[in-house]
Amino acid sequence: MPDDIPPAAPATGSTPSAGAPSGAAASTAPAAPSAPAALELRDISKAFGQVIALRSGTLRLESGSIHALIGENGAGKSTLVKIIAGLYQRDAGEFLLGGESVDFRSTAESKAAGIAVIYQEPTLFPDLSVTENIFMGRQPLKGLRRIDRAAMREQALGLFQRLGVRIHPDRPARGLSIADQQIIEIAKAISLDARVLVMDEPTAALSGVEVDRLFAVARALRDEGRALLFISHRFDEVFALCDTVTVMRDGAYIATQPIAETDTAKLVRQMVGRDVAELFPKQEAVIGDELLRVEGLTSPLFADVDLSVRSGEIVGLAGLVGAGRSEVVRAVFGVDRYDSGTVTVEGRALAPHDPTAAMRAGLALVPEDRRAQGLVLGTTVARNLTMAIRSKLTKAGILTRAAENQAARVWASRLEVKSSALDAEVGTFSGGNQQKVVLAKWLATNPKVLIVDEPTRGIDVGTKSEVHRLLSELAGQGLGILMISSELPEVLGMADRVIVMREGRVTAELSRADANPESVMSAATGAGAAA
Amino acid sequence: MSTTASAAGSTGETRAYRDYGRPLWRRVLLSREAAVIALLILVWIVGYTQVPHFAAPITLTFLLQDMAPVLLIALPMTLIIITGEIDLSVASVMGLSSALIGILTQQGWAFGAAFLVALIVGLVAGLVNGVLVTVVGLPSLAVTIGTLALYRGIAQGLLGSKAITDFPSEWTSLATGNIPGTPLPIVTVLIVVLALVFGLLLHFTPFGRGVYAIGLSADAAAFSGVRITRTKIILFALAGLVSAVAGAYYTLRFGSARGDNATGLELSVVAAVLLGGVSIFGGRGALPGVLAGALLIGAIASALRLAGITSDVINVVTGVLLVLSVVIAGLLGKLRFRRLRIVKS
Amino acid sequence: MSAATTSFARRGVLGRLSALAAARETGIFLALVLVLVVTTAKSPSFLFSADGFRDLLLTPSTLVLIAVGQAIVIITRNVDLSVGSIIGLTAYLTGVLFKYNPGLPIPVVMLLAVLFGAGLGLVNGVLVSVAKVPSLVITLGTLYAYRGINVVWTGSNRINASDMPRDFLAIGTAKLWVLPVITLIAVVVLVIAALVLRSSRSGRELYAIGSDPDAAHLYGLKVGRRVLWAFVASGTLAGLAGVLYTARYGTVDSQAGYGLELQAVGAAVIGGVAIFGGSGSVGGAALGAVLLLTINRALPVLGIPDFWQGAVVGVLIIAAIILDRLLALRQARKLTVMEDSAA
Repeated sequence: MPDDIPPAAPATGSTPSAGAPSGAAASTAPAAPSAPAALELRDISKAFGQVIALRSGTLRLESGSIHALIGENGAGKSTLVKIIAGLYQRDAGEFLLGGESVDFRSTAESKAAGIAVIYQEPTLFPDLSVTENIFMGRQPLKGLRRIDRAAMREQALGLFQRLGVRIHPDRPARGLSIADQQIIEIAKAISLDARVLVMDEPTAALSGVEVDRLFAVARALRDEGRALLFISHRFDEVFALCDTVTVMRDGAYIATQPIAETDTAKLVRQMVGRDVAELFPKQEAVIGDELLRVEGLTSPLFADVDLSVRSGEIVGLAGLVGAGRSEVVRAVFGVDRYDSGTVTVEGRALAPHDPTAAMRAGLALVPEDRRAQGLVLGTTVARNLTMAIRSKLTKAGILTRAAENQAARVWASRLEVKSSALDAEVGTFSGGNQQKVVLAKWLATNPKVLIVDEPTRGIDVGTKSEVHRLLSELAGQGLGILMISSELPEVLGMADRVIVMREGRVTAELSRADANPESVMSAATGAGAAA
Repeated sequence: MSTTASAAGSTGETRAYRDYGRPLWRRVLLSREAAVIALLILVWIVGYTQVPHFAAPITLTFLLQDMAPVLLIALPMTLIIITGEIDLSVASVMGLSSALIGILTQQGWAFGAAFLVALIVGLVAGLVNGVLVTVVGLPSLAVTIGTLALYRGIAQGLLGSKAITDFPSEWTSLATGNIPGTPLPIVTVLIVVLALVFGLLLHFTPFGRGVYAIGLSADAAAFSGVRITRTKIILFALAGLVSAVAGAYYTLRFGSARGDNATGLELSVVAAVLLGGVSIFGGRGALPGVLAGALLIGAIASALRLAGITSDVINVVTGVLLVLSVVIAGLLGKLRFRRLRIVKS
Repeated sequence: MSAATTSFARRGVLGRLSALAAARETGIFLALVLVLVVTTAKSPSFLFSADGFRDLLLTPSTLVLIAVGQAIVIITRNVDLSVGSIIGLTAYLTGVLFKYNPGLPIPVVMLLAVLFGAGLGLVNGVLVSVAKVPSLVITLGTLYAYRGINVVWTGSNRINASDMPRDFLAIGTAKLWVLPVITLIAVVVLVIAALVLRSSRSGRELYAIGSDPDAAHLYGLKVGRRVLWAFVASGTLAGLAGVLYTARYGTVDSQAGYGLELQAVGAAVIGGVAIFGGSGSVGGAALGAVLLLTINRALPVLGIPDFWQGAVVGVLIIAAIILDRLLALRQARKLTVMEDSAA
């Protein structure tokens, strides 16, 4: 039973690093600096019209130190980062860089001042070579102000060597993995000799190996005396990497503390402002007949995948990012093609590459990328809620707004979607509220099997436990649930059975009793217990 | 945050959801369509009171006859642009349809049979566009610039510089005659029927919801079971079909089949659609606005002609209106976007 | 390439040759050679006669100019549909200036017309970059507006050769050694544009912007200003094309340059400029323009009525974009293999 699962705790077994080097000396409040900090923000505020995005952003980054910034969605982290990057201009407060007050009007100015920001989704120019991407706008020149391509290439190779990566300097950025794109961004920052590096959730889409590589690079940069800001939702990473942590809530600074003097529970309390119910463990449900069976599913991205889901059962699909889990469920649901294998729902074979057939058979898929795949962002709550059932709402082939609204109202209230009107655009919603819309949209199809891909990624702690409760209740009502999650506590807490994938293949199938961090991680990494 | 209430089964308080966030008058009056329709009415009133002969029934007759091809092709074009694609080959399909009808009737075919062949060829021409865009995965702007040249080239290759002018009068009178007792040309019936069909298709069917979803987010549409390839192929095929009909109408109206018939008309169609409030990025727009946009261009042209101003000014007016309409919409959109962004951050 | 297994060594001479063979421009060039060989074999005077050689170089020159301008704009993920109308206006302005101000020196008139083109391009650029409206819509609007102004201004008026100085018209036929002056102008423009786009920082920024405009903005590139200048460049080159058009043909009416915008876009696409920006070269666009017009002239020689020109152009455009798609797919595969073996 999940009693032995540490609450929202370091999942990979890495313990909070004890010896936080320089951070330990920092005071608990970022006031009274003796030497000028690498970067310091004091009581920064920013409003957009009526909406206050940031009330009092306060942050102090020291050279040679990695600083974590955590907070729920909407806490103001992104706004703060965008002010540092020069994308937004602050309304009030102080912004000091190496003790000097600065005022960035554009990203170019902050870059020139030695700040590099690496966004969650790196923004490279896909058609240009990685070398050009690194040096755009400041390429080495030769006579007549012509670009010296040979010199540029040499410098790029030097950077890659220093970072210990093998990327062809002439290849276009298109097609690079997210991890490699981040490496290019870091190479860019180093070539700029940036003193301050901001990484906005850099690990969200990385696999374990890639995270390790990134952390190694980050530590090397710290040891060179640069200041790093690391924004993450994952506590285990914060504890493994950072020296100091600042918590924000509702657009305001809450606390800064050395990492050694805090723990997960304390951070969560600071983030949420109260104690939250811990991970909602799955209720007991009667496990019934097999609903979904996948046999020998093979494509260029995965091979020989077998899995099954029974009524009342939650099956966790664990593995590192890039193990092929999302690709498998996309193929099962018919969004992607597969080369061979079969998918059967309640004993009947499902036609390949046809999501409509999958829906008719009783499958529903809550996809990985909520904003790009789950929702049609430019349209209303009602249209999104009824998107998957729009054909069922017609009378004589005619679909009216009234019919849509009627159905939408039912599902919006069932999942307590926060919206005053049904014609509000979902793009304006918070991440958690958006995820409720996606879940409602698929529950409206009255599925027999619900596939959820990272159902709680990037949503606030409160909605997260709501989602867990919902999934548990649905299983109790007899649905079969297949859940992909990269959060080990979530998988271990929720799943009746855990299937682990590595490099496109199923490497383990563990019962609830056998599933623990060690067994899952060793199957996911192929090594012994995870480091 | 009402995080403690149970989620499924809704044991917590039930929320009241209003249908609309804004009152009716704001939704209707502040829409892009309303602006175009208002402008159309304004031009009409000015024309009616200030321009001699504008009030005469014959003005309406000519206006509708002139604008019929644009009005017809604008219907499928609206749906295509809402999916985020574009079809620049429509006028060339008209030319091809015209050339085929000319050649076949000259060789002794019955007009009806020639017309049918033209329709089939138009449908195929549209299918070719659709397949190149979806199955092969090429950008529609480039593809249809290519087929613009190709279809026009075939039409001109078939007919050379010849013009075929001999068409049975029972058919030509269909194109030039009026609905008995009205100033409305017979083609108005076709326009109204097709406008209703396309209006229903776009605004009142699951297919239409799919069209908007594709334009706003193709990925999300695919994950919701919208058949993107099929939808787009159907739309391009419909554009080909309607263009062939418009080509036949054009031929009959002027009693002349030529390879270069309706050259450049694709730009008028696109202008009417965009003027009517359809976003070139896809996902937004509605048919009533498009019809008003096309009629607006026609009404201004009529008024200018009747006012004795050279009708070539219509090009300037169309161009300026188009630019202004998108610039203003862009500025309004920017305001709206700013508000959106605020809420997000 | 076994070298890739140890390091990403710079390619040797052989590597460079194979890169040249793989380049998109080479394909177009070979197609052009093929057309020339086949047509000349059928009728030697197509190439080996004074007229034949002159036409080969002279006919495409105007289109080369606007194709270069179009390529610059398309590389930034925009399009300029108004170039045909700009040619019409600048050509007529050239004629009018000569006709009604006979005292003006020829270079001044030419400069004024080119500046006029730049101004019209500036209008496009301002509307696109300041009002942030898609260029397809804006330049469709200015296509109408510029042409409309032209028609209203010109009316049924027509500028004839007799209205213009003989020295100006001589530009249309003058040669430097064996090369027509107009062709030389086009080549000079092409070389400058190619150098700027390939080897200057601002030129590379155009590619970056077209490759991903949002990323360019985030990166801190001056997206609006660069796009604005791209439109000014396109307008300027269209203005120059308008002047040279007048010098070459000697008569200007309100329809000068009609429909050229689609030929310019077509030439760029045939030459390998991706319609959604970020890749391609002005050299390719120029080759595309030459190929397009050479095929047009070759068809009658080959016994195909020139009414089929359009169809051939259409097939060429579609074939070119299909080819580009296949090349992109192949490159993606090759890269994966190279890095796998390097890792």
